[in-house]
Amino acid sequence: MTKDKREVARRPETAAIPTDWEYSPAPESRELVHLQDRYGLFIGGQFVEPLSNERYTTIDPAREEPLAEIAQAGKADVDHAVKAARDAYAERWSVIRPSERAKYLFRIARILQERSREFAVLESMNGGKPIRESRDVDLPLAAAHFFYYAGWADKLEYAFPNRTPRPLGVAGQIIPWNFPLLMLAWKIAPALAAGNTVVLKPAETTPLSALLFCDVIRQAELPPGVVNIVTGDGRTGAELVSHPDVNKIAFTGSTEVGKAIQKTLAGTGKRLTLELGGKAANIIFDDAPLDQAVEGIVNGIYFNQGHVCCAGSRLLVEESIYETVVSKLKRRMRTLRVGDPLDKNTDVGAINSKQQLDKIGALVQAGIDEGAEIYQPPCKLPERGYWFAPTVFTNVAQSYRIAQEEIFGPVLSVLTFRTPDEAIEKANNTPYGLSAGVWTEKGSRILAMAQRLKAGVVWANTYNRFDPASPFGGYKESGFGREGGRHGLEPYVALDGA
Amino acid sequence: MLPGGFELPLEPRLPRLGSVDAVALEERAASLATRSIKRDSKLFALDLAIRVMDLTTLEGADTAGKVAALASKGIHPDPSDPNIPSVAAICVYPNQVSVAVARTKGTNVKVASVATAFPSGQSSLEVKLLETREVIEAGAHEVDMVMSRGAFLSGRYAEVYDEIVRVKEVCAGRAHLKVILETGELGTYDNVRRASLLAIAGGADFIKTSTGKLPSSATLPVQLCMLEVIRDVHEETGRVVGMKAAGGIRQSKQAVQYLVQVHETLGLAWLTPDRYRLGASTLLNDVLMQIRKERTGRYQNPDYFTVD
Repeated sequence: MTKDKREVARRPETAAIPTDWEYSPAPESRELVHLQDRYGLFIGGQFVEPLSNERYTTIDPAREEPLAEIAQAGKADVDHAVKAARDAYAERWSVIRPSERAKYLFRIARILQERSREFAVLESMNGGKPIRESRDVDLPLAAAHFFYYAGWADKLEYAFPNRTPRPLGVAGQIIPWNFPLLMLAWKIAPALAAGNTVVLKPAETTPLSALLFCDVIRQAELPPGVVNIVTGDGRTGAELVSHPDVNKIAFTGSTEVGKAIQKTLAGTGKRLTLELGGKAANIIFDDAPLDQAVEGIVNGIYFNQGHVCCAGSRLLVEESIYETVVSKLKRRMRTLRVGDPLDKNTDVGAINSKQQLDKIGALVQAGIDEGAEIYQPPCKLPERGYWFAPTVFTNVAQSYRIAQEEIFGPVLSVLTFRTPDEAIEKANNTPYGLSAGVWTEKGSRILAMAQRLKAGVVWANTYNRFDPASPFGGYKESGFGREGGRHGLEPYVALDGA
Repeated sequence: MLPGGFELPLEPRLPRLGSVDAVALEERAASLATRSIKRDSKLFALDLAIRVMDLTTLEGADTAGKVAALASKGIHPDPSDPNIPSVAAICVYPNQVSVAVARTKGTNVKVASVATAFPSGQSSLEVKLLETREVIEAGAHEVDMVMSRGAFLSGRYAEVYDEIVRVKEVCAGRAHLKVILETGELGTYDNVRRASLLAIAGGADFIKTSTGKLPSSATLPVQLCMLEVIRDVHEETGRVVGMKAAGGIRQSKQAVQYLVQVHETLGLAWLTPDRYRLGASTLLNDVLMQIRKERTGRYQNPDYFTVD
């Protein structure tokens, strides 16, 4: 190498120092996903054309662009799927050795891990959630759920000592659009481990990851008919719920639909579990580690754009630290990066559908009209697609709609309390009872609060943390039955003497 | 002597001051570390990493020749590229200050010296003050003192505080004071937070994670914990305190993670050599290599970068 002998010009001392550090776009590649133009129904181990001959289009909510044509399953299609599940149950799944069932579930878990990048991209494209979340939360948890229940498949006698657990038969499962693949895993893994076969209906707006999952099923060589996927809107769900040959219904979704399902099933003898809405209180005491509590508040409500049934949508702050917490929270909100779900640096993605966006908008307007003070950090929302800026309401009264109704969006209501008793009273003063959070340095206070909070899950000094070994489910109008853990097997088995 | 504003004795109260939740802190640090910094924003970060670097040699084997070579490298890290800035400072042992000062004369590269019985701090206050005086007289612009961990861990906070105040008196108006907490010896994030507050109350211009002499040095959660203290002090009093992460930062990727964390915790205002430093001995060449790679699209042979 020949050295340049000239005196090298130095960079001037006064070189302009940039006033902003804009992160360059870092999009995950959409090319990882190979979509078909149209999808049929997955019945008996293969894709079939819908007998209903009806279709609809599923879109990318961040771009408002069509992704694929999806089948709208009708009565005959659901019947076809239930028959396939019944045959598979009778001829194969209920008679093979439990360790064989475990083998298939382990396979599915491993394939999910291997293909996790592809699934994560698809989940973000069809659902609008940031790739950071689908990559780091949805996919690892979905695989972990299959691993966990694979382990139980041949140990069911130990899950229910001195009882003889038997499978129920065909389970009809209906899942929501907020965690499409993860909810599929929560439903399918325990059902299969316990020896049932399933007909699963993904949400109308987010069917694609379930349809890609059919590919995993075939790759794992799962016997045909053990898992059947029927797509469609609420009408398909209603057909599945009322089908006479389904032994069990598991539903995750809105309280309104949950109530309707319960009415339909009354007197039929079908087993039912419901995981419905929530309006969780996230309670911050004055001795809490504040900066971490603020992270917990943000994670509690802005995670997945607030499309989380257990979202910490009501913040209860001890009055003595109210100002500090609100100012720390607002500053933290200003660092949230809202935008392209496929960008690896995005914190808050797109709202899942137009319908949901309208609902959030209406409730936020109600909050303003009722006199609450609104704050949204300055952020540039993309012009196309469905977006809602992270929002916090202060000066909220317990009686306001935004403190009572589930918004299912990135909207937080802040209330205050003076004593632990008042915190409990306000936290429990809701028709829901799914989850709650407690932030304090005092271990004894955590235990005392957890005992008195009417919520299925209470997080202490953390929020929205999930593990397949930990049961999840609600009190009151948030539903009944547990998913996850040993408890999650119970809805899928008949117990002698029970 | 106690900081103003405390009407009650500080010492017995300090163990109860503020708290940090380790799980949540580490989670936040891990989540910020996944930021994907590409292209222009990466070049900005790499350039910044050099501008805020305290290029360091702290070895028993240091000689005038080694220090002079390091200083030259700090002034012109890449002689073939005029766009590469100088580092912020050269950081050396007290004995080598005069060499570093002579070599950096006429440039805006500062000289920092460790002092106060670095790295252990196990010496008398008189010796520590004398050493501080000496390095300043030899021309050091910045003094990196070590906090007395022995006193801190046995609860003698007033002694720790007093020592910082006395060293600060020697530095006042003549040199910037960085207080090294040696977080690897403090055991908990609660202690890191308390030590940070104590150092700031004592008059630190910068708080610094580590000496680099322990196996566990700077980590992302430790820096985040310290940045949160700096942020609280700034919001409550308006006082600006700088941050220096040191020890174990050897790769560009790590440096970018540290910078991103500062950016998203304290904002761009802290990303200047006046408010942030990265102490490192071997990081510089990796940064130069990454800059060349970003510009040319290819990794170059390491022999194209000088070893000093």
